[in-house]
Amino acid sequence: MHNPLAIVGRFFLGFLATIGRLSVFTGKSLAAVVSPPFYWRLCLQQMMTIGYYSLPVVGMTALFTGAVLALQIYLGSARFGAESAVPNIVVVGLTRELGPVLAGLMLGGRVGAAIAAELGTMKVTEQLDALITLQTNPFRYLVVPRLIAATVTTPILVLIADIIGVMGGYLVGIHRLDFNSAVYLKNTFDFLEVMDVTSGLVKAAVFGFLIALMGCYHGFNSKGGAQGVGRATTDAVVSSLILILISNYLVTEAFFSQ
Amino acid sequence: MTFPQRNLPNDTHAMNETPRLELTDVHKSFGTKVVLNGLNLSLAKGESVVVIGGSGTGKSVMLKCILGLLRPDRGSIRIDGEETVGLRGAARERILTKVGMLFQSAALFDSLSVWENVAFGLIEGAGMAREQARIIALDKLAKVGLDEDMANGDPSALSGGMRKRVGLARAIATEPDIIFFDEPTTGLDPIMGDVINNLITECVRDLGATTLTITHDMSSARTIADRVAMLYGGQIIWAGGVDEIDHCDNPFVDQFIHGREEGPFALEVT
Repeated sequence: MHNPLAIVGRFFLGFLATIGRLSVFTGKSLAAVVSPPFYWRLCLQQMMTIGYYSLPVVGMTALFTGAVLALQIYLGSARFGAESAVPNIVVVGLTRELGPVLAGLMLGGRVGAAIAAELGTMKVTEQLDALITLQTNPFRYLVVPRLIAATVTTPILVLIADIIGVMGGYLVGIHRLDFNSAVYLKNTFDFLEVMDVTSGLVKAAVFGFLIALMGCYHGFNSKGGAQGVGRATTDAVVSSLILILISNYLVTEAFFSQ
Repeated sequence: MTFPQRNLPNDTHAMNETPRLELTDVHKSFGTKVVLNGLNLSLAKGESVVVIGGSGTGKSVMLKCILGLLRPDRGSIRIDGEETVGLRGAARERILTKVGMLFQSAALFDSLSVWENVAFGLIEGAGMAREQARIIALDKLAKVGLDEDMANGDPSALSGGMRKRVGLARAIATEPDIIFFDEPTTGLDPIMGDVINNLITECVRDLGATTLTITHDMSSARTIADRVAMLYGGQIIWAGGVDEIDHCDNPFVDQFIHGREEGPFALEVT
């Protein structure tokens, strides 16, 4: 029979070891970001892969989230006669929270999984070792372009998602809830503050960094064959989603705590 | 099981000049599993040494320690007299400019075309312009029997033998002083295996490079090697000229080269 304390102890030690490995990996990655050579062509390629090709899924998510948000807020606020607050709540909810978080979660699934699977396959087929023998640092060649691309393109994606999401709310407001178009737009822009958008974009940059970091970390540490790559992919997605939710709270505290 | 350390007679010829590659008392363990247990091996300039041994005897670990992909627990690994254990960053990359490697699976980069794979070390490692590197890559690919149409293709479309040829072209593209071959004929049919062996011999002769090959394949060992060393129990237990291997009195070597079930390896298993 296993000692419960021993199980807890083993789990805790394993957790600390993972934190240590991740810290070392992050340190190496950040050191590689500021040391040449820089692979700008690879950065641009990754921006296309991570940013441009994610536009449809992020755009669709934002459009329907904005639409549902407007509908739900209208139904809820109608109970105490505050229907006119719909545009205000939709724009603040989207720019501060739903835009960055939902885009982050979608990218965590799409991009985090793709990075972990690609780098994991490279690891188990000795391509990472081959890079080293060809005098190329895998952190500079593989990790840095992905980190930079995800950190730069995620805020751009979120900005686009914010606009599409507000448009979704607007379309429902005008066509389904009988709002006046000019009034809806005026309320939206009058209520919106720079800090609402800024905080969302800062969150997006943090989420993008974490998604790429988790994808690269789990890909680099995958073991075995196809099963190991599959496990690395799952771990990358799960850990990036958890970190997105935790960091979302921390950034919100940093921006809005009194 | 441990084996007494001994000065291998064929290692002494390298003593007159600095060996191209020298491993001294190299140890490497993973947890409680001892893989390399005081390994000694020396390669003279221009020499071709093949290390044979069963699966899991530490041949790949030895290569990874030499390349700096793994760090030995203790011992010395010298390339041209320079200690390489513990080298990092730019110092490690400088040592690796002397080295080429053909991986068991060829380890071609899927995201690049065939010629870009061959030219990778020239472009990224040596900083050569792409056009110039492409000309050299096409020349190396021609040496291993692949034409320009193949060069522009995708590595994933190649057969196992072709992938090995591309891997060989990549290994010799930078004209390194030392080339490592990890199981160069594993997974190939005997004819393609012979083609690869001959290509290795020709390319290495043209370059004048020192080579270290690890393999199970005795046919490959007899074609490529000047000298054969057997790795067992984390040590080199026998080394000698390729013409001596059939007459050696070491029971492990005798069993291995004849592929017999009966012998000291079988006793260990039971």
